Amino acid sequence: MKLNGAQILIDCLKSEGVKHIFGYPGGAVLHIYDALDACTVIDHILVRHEQGAVHAADGYARTSGKCGVALVTSGPGLTNAVTGIATAFTDSIPMVIISGQVPSAVIGSDAFQEVDAVGITRSCVKHNFLVKSADDVAQTVKKAFYIATTGRPGPVLIDITKDATIAEIEYEGYPETISMRSYQPEIQVDIEQIAKAIAIIETAKKPIIYSGGGSVIGNASKALTTLTQNTGFPITQTLMGLGAYPATDKQSLGMLGMHGTYESNMAMHDSDCIIAVGARFDDRITGNLEKFCPYAKIIHIDIDPSSVGKVVGVDVSIIGQVNDVLQVLIKGLEAKKLPNIDAWWKQINDWRLVDSMAYKTKQGVIKPQTVIETLYEVTGGNAIVTSDVGQHQMWAAQYYPFDKPRRWINSGGLGAMGFGLPAAMGAKIAKPELDVACVTGDGSIQMMLQELSTMLQFHTPVKIISLNNGYLGMVRQWQEFFYDKRYSMSYMDALPDFVKLAESYGHIGIRVEKEEDLKPALIEAFKQKDRTVFIDIITDPTENVFPMIPSGAGHHEMLLAGRDEMSSTHDSGLNLV
Amino acid sequence: MRHIISVQLENESGALSRVSGLFSARGFNIESLTVATTNDPTLSRMTIVSVGDNDIIEQIVKQLNKLIDVVKVTDLTATEHIERELLLIKIAINNESQSRIETQFDQFDAKIIDVSEEVYTVELAGKSQKINDFIHAFNADEILEVSRTGVTGVCQK
Repeated sequence: MKLNGAQILIDCLKSEGVKHIFGYPGGAVLHIYDALDACTVIDHILVRHEQGAVHAADGYARTSGKCGVALVTSGPGLTNAVTGIATAFTDSIPMVIISGQVPSAVIGSDAFQEVDAVGITRSCVKHNFLVKSADDVAQTVKKAFYIATTGRPGPVLIDITKDATIAEIEYEGYPETISMRSYQPEIQVDIEQIAKAIAIIETAKKPIIYSGGGSVIGNASKALTTLTQNTGFPITQTLMGLGAYPATDKQSLGMLGMHGTYESNMAMHDSDCIIAVGARFDDRITGNLEKFCPYAKIIHIDIDPSSVGKVVGVDVSIIGQVNDVLQVLIKGLEAKKLPNIDAWWKQINDWRLVDSMAYKTKQGVIKPQTVIETLYEVTGGNAIVTSDVGQHQMWAAQYYPFDKPRRWINSGGLGAMGFGLPAAMGAKIAKPELDVACVTGDGSIQMMLQELSTMLQFHTPVKIISLNNGYLGMVRQWQEFFYDKRYSMSYMDALPDFVKLAESYGHIGIRVEKEEDLKPALIEAFKQKDRTVFIDIITDPTENVFPMIPSGAGHHEMLLAGRDEMSSTHDSGLNLV
Repeated sequence: MRHIISVQLENESGALSRVSGLFSARGFNIESLTVATTNDPTLSRMTIVSVGDNDIIEQIVKQLNKLIDVVKVTDLTATEHIERELLLIKIAINNESQSRIETQFDQFDAKIIDVSEEVYTVELAGKSQKINDFIHAFNADEILEVSRTGVTGVCQK
């Protein structure tokens, strides 16, 4: 069958089972859009900015577990997409991004809307391809999906020249299989390493499971739950890992790290056996490396060998799909006598009494924590919650206990403001039957506001929970703690009227200024199943995220709200980012 | 410690920049890098000399392995290996220095490959240390130009 490169591309995407593409047309991809127009099985969502396209594809991928797909034009289309690509890369999200490129004959001539897409994205993709011939389209698409979705997942860019989309060739169909000598993601679990891990676990007195994003991305939630419940060990989860193990279960200690719970961080510090599952010892988790887990033997389970030993030396590493490794470990532990850790639990329960997530309410002011707690109550804990980046992100993670994986969608690694709204749109498309809430702030929401328009056109009703404190709150918090309260450029003067703004985009806007109006407003918003509702909630402008491990401190040196003076940490925060 | 890392990778455009980009992005050091195709025209071999403690070299090897185009990574310094580097050097000569300089060439087994008025162009292959010693055998004002390839190497077994 004779087809042009663009038609072949669309046929390949169909064969991959792609149902949704997020994108924005332009000169270099017009042939692709023309082929897409003739395709009835793929829905295209026309975003208003290419960053929104990639974030939406990302939210779609995180929620559904499928590979996200974005389509952008050359030049500015691609450069606008880069933040989204880097976001997906840092959080290991499977995604294929297709970008148009100028005709191969003019590559390198500084042609109109030409950028070196492969060069620009090289350091923030798992892999990328430049396709200059229609003959290479099918094979490349097959490779791209294979690479993006296997091993440690990640974004793969296909940059395709316009002439490659125009040329007609004899198309022999989408390849059924692929094999690459340089890329073999299947890993056999090393039984010897499992045995070494079991030997450590058997003699542990203070074990803890530390689970990260790999447990979510690797679909290991069930195995993680079995391991945790079979062993009776406490479990703490990273920002990226929330939901893999039910947060409301008694064995869950909550999140760890910079804004984690007191009991999580104290347990990590005092532990003699840490089982790290799909986690990468990120700096937000470890705090001061010299003070990190001084007594623990560390077992590290990860798909990516380069994650092992990158930050922290470990005693046993087990490389493989987290789910596979956990299955083998669970089996291996079945016949073993596990340690009695009653004393350890007693210690942990004492730490819990500190109640590190307690916060003081104030008459006449809405506390942001209260907003998240109310959101949890109103949604029954069943919503998909996306977030932007900043204080609201931490409060959402702290006060909305996630019991299921793929319900908490946030830019954990890159920390890209603007992620929340388009990600919510992608999430709603992936799971239309679930409520989707985008927890955001008055700073973040303004980075991707234009997607409100997309959300109307493509009917993706989400609830925007905006914690409006008039500040870039996390910046303000650090300036208060570490820069003598010199609030340089962290105050957002001249905010728009978000209610009118939402209305002008065809959505519902609600402003909440009194605490007594909060719950009724949220109930009303979630009743509007078919509408996007922007709830602009005026919150305490001076509230800070606690507890907190300040820079240079260890897990055992947390600062707690109401107990510790931040000024004591005054000169130590300056080196941290 | 100095390590020689041999990388076999797909002979595709952009493969070199993936490797060099990895080193700069992660702050790894490159002392030298050579690359050319092998007997299999679809494969290139790249030889990288880097300096770092064991943790860093371990990360370099792991990160290289992670690159999709990379087929095989070997730390040659961890095994019995042979390493060579090629030097091209231009030396100024005059009546007074000629015999001393030619004696140096003989001692190092260097080969004169071009002779023009008052300039010898010489090639020498050997371990980096030998190349260093050879270069240092001349006075600074006698050396007109130095071009080294960087190290290439193979496992002995």
